[in-house]
Amino acid sequence: MTAVPVAGATETPAATAMVEAVGVRKSFGRTEVLKGIDLTVRPGEVTCLVGPSGSGKSTFLRCINHLETIDSGRLSVNGHLVGYRQRGDRLYELKPAEVAAKRRDIGMVFQRFNLFPHMTALQNIMHAPVLVRGESRKAARQQAEQLLERVGLAGREHHYPSQLSGGQQQRVAIARALAMQPPLMLFDEPTSALDPELVGEVLDVMKGLARDGMTMVVVTHEMGFAREVGDSVYFMDDGVVVESGTPTEILENPRHERTRAFLSKVL
Amino acid sequence: MSSTTPTRTTATGGTDAAADLEAVPLRHWGRWVAAGIVALFTASFLLSLARNPNMEWDVVGDYLFRDFVIKGVGITVMLTVVAMVIGTVGGAVVAVMRLSSNPVLRGLSWFYTWFFRGTPLLVQIIFWGFLAALYQQIEIGVPFTDVTFASFDTNAVVGPMTAAILALSLNEVAYAAEIVRGGIASVDDGQDDAASALGMTKGQTMRTITLPQAMRVIVPPMGNETVTMLKSTALVSVIGGRDLLTAVQSVYAQNYQVIPLLVVAVIWYLALTSLLSIGQYFVEKKYGKGHGNASMSRRWLGRGDTR
Repeated sequence: MTAVPVAGATETPAATAMVEAVGVRKSFGRTEVLKGIDLTVRPGEVTCLVGPSGSGKSTFLRCINHLETIDSGRLSVNGHLVGYRQRGDRLYELKPAEVAAKRRDIGMVFQRFNLFPHMTALQNIMHAPVLVRGESRKAARQQAEQLLERVGLAGREHHYPSQLSGGQQQRVAIARALAMQPPLMLFDEPTSALDPELVGEVLDVMKGLARDGMTMVVVTHEMGFAREVGDSVYFMDDGVVVESGTPTEILENPRHERTRAFLSKVL
Repeated sequence: MSSTTPTRTTATGGTDAAADLEAVPLRHWGRWVAAGIVALFTASFLLSLARNPNMEWDVVGDYLFRDFVIKGVGITVMLTVVAMVIGTVGGAVVAVMRLSSNPVLRGLSWFYTWFFRGTPLLVQIIFWGFLAALYQQIEIGVPFTDVTFASFDTNAVVGPMTAAILALSLNEVAYAAEIVRGGIASVDDGQDDAASALGMTKGQTMRTITLPQAMRVIVPPMGNETVTMLKSTALVSVIGGRDLLTAVQSVYAQNYQVIPLLVVAVIWYLALTSLLSIGQYFVEKKYGKGHGNASMSRRWLGRGDTR
């Protein structure tokens, strides 16, 4: 794995891991959807999770910021457990308010954008900084304007989500997540709900983020993006990580039959 | 390119003639005929009302703005406003309880709705009116002990007015709760995910994300509830609530001008409900924000499909 070097990141790998998953298991009722996931994301790295639908990759992503609970295993972000407190050999779930506080540092972008439809683009971006971090409206507004410019949407401040195209909405959603200044960004199939001609503009914004050194975990079907931007690729199927490695290793020379079968369908 | 030139010429040639063609929308002759017939019957009915000596229009005009009528109207409006405010706020609380993950809160809210929706409002009003027959004293203290913080004489605390407000509000809470619950359920789950991912607490999400969006679904039926409430206030006349109906009743009980006085009440009720409908239009417009004019078009297309 070729991690993008980050200033000051000279500690041991375990201490520097931005995301560290060890044996993460999760069931919905009787169906086990995650059967012991191990994964490490170092600061500044872009990690792509690929695999067929139903393989558990989106569920795993949602476990990282505790939108889903886990049944066993250890999942930490920036060295801290998410959603749990360890006492002895048991994990105790935190109170909702404590979980909320931890989630501030993890940005998330959804397949279906999930912008707040009753707020303008600017209000969508300003909302959490003002409400959750207690920033002044002026500062939040200034930051929101800069973020809109960064995602190429200067001039759309006062548009409601319904007045924006899918690609524009997703870029506002990225800006909204960035407004909390998270050291980690999660992307859950960010281009899957977009018309083909709008995919590029969203991927461009994500590439820009990667260039700026943002740590990203991306569930995606865009193999081109994974190859170009990804530092590592995890191929998941049926709740397990079948194989992981650099994009070249996984996408060009897959060792497992399941990976080959999947890639032959999507490439 | 050469092949397109002749086609274009013919096309332009055709356009010249076609430019004079006028497109006439479908004419609805039947509607005009129907409107004429309806107008005829309405006119005849109105005339019969106007000429009916039993209506005693001069008496109606005489009483329309009398002091006791205006006072009754004031109390009817006050009852409506107070009951709807308590009902809406309480309804939101009961709805949130119902959607809570806490089984105790869920059970309490279920029981509340079950009880207050399961008994007639008129019975509830009479019940509150005769509360003193059930409990002569109201005591606040620790259950199953002799510790009492305060004690009141029921009749002194719960007069007809308080009884009316209690009955109307508590009943409205149950109905409003169901409406608010439906509104909250109509908001996409993704909104909750997005708010949670930004680090917002459940309360912040409910207050700033879920409820404002649920309003679009909540407002139209709550408008209907307000109109219903305005009319339901007439029921408190059974416990002497001093509302509009009670006011005209107490007068026609003495002078037997039953019909004209009831017409006075009808005119006021109609005027008030009309005002409410106008208000509802503007409130709906406010909460349709970010959804184009969907709210308005839905209004014209009919209420049935509020989702």
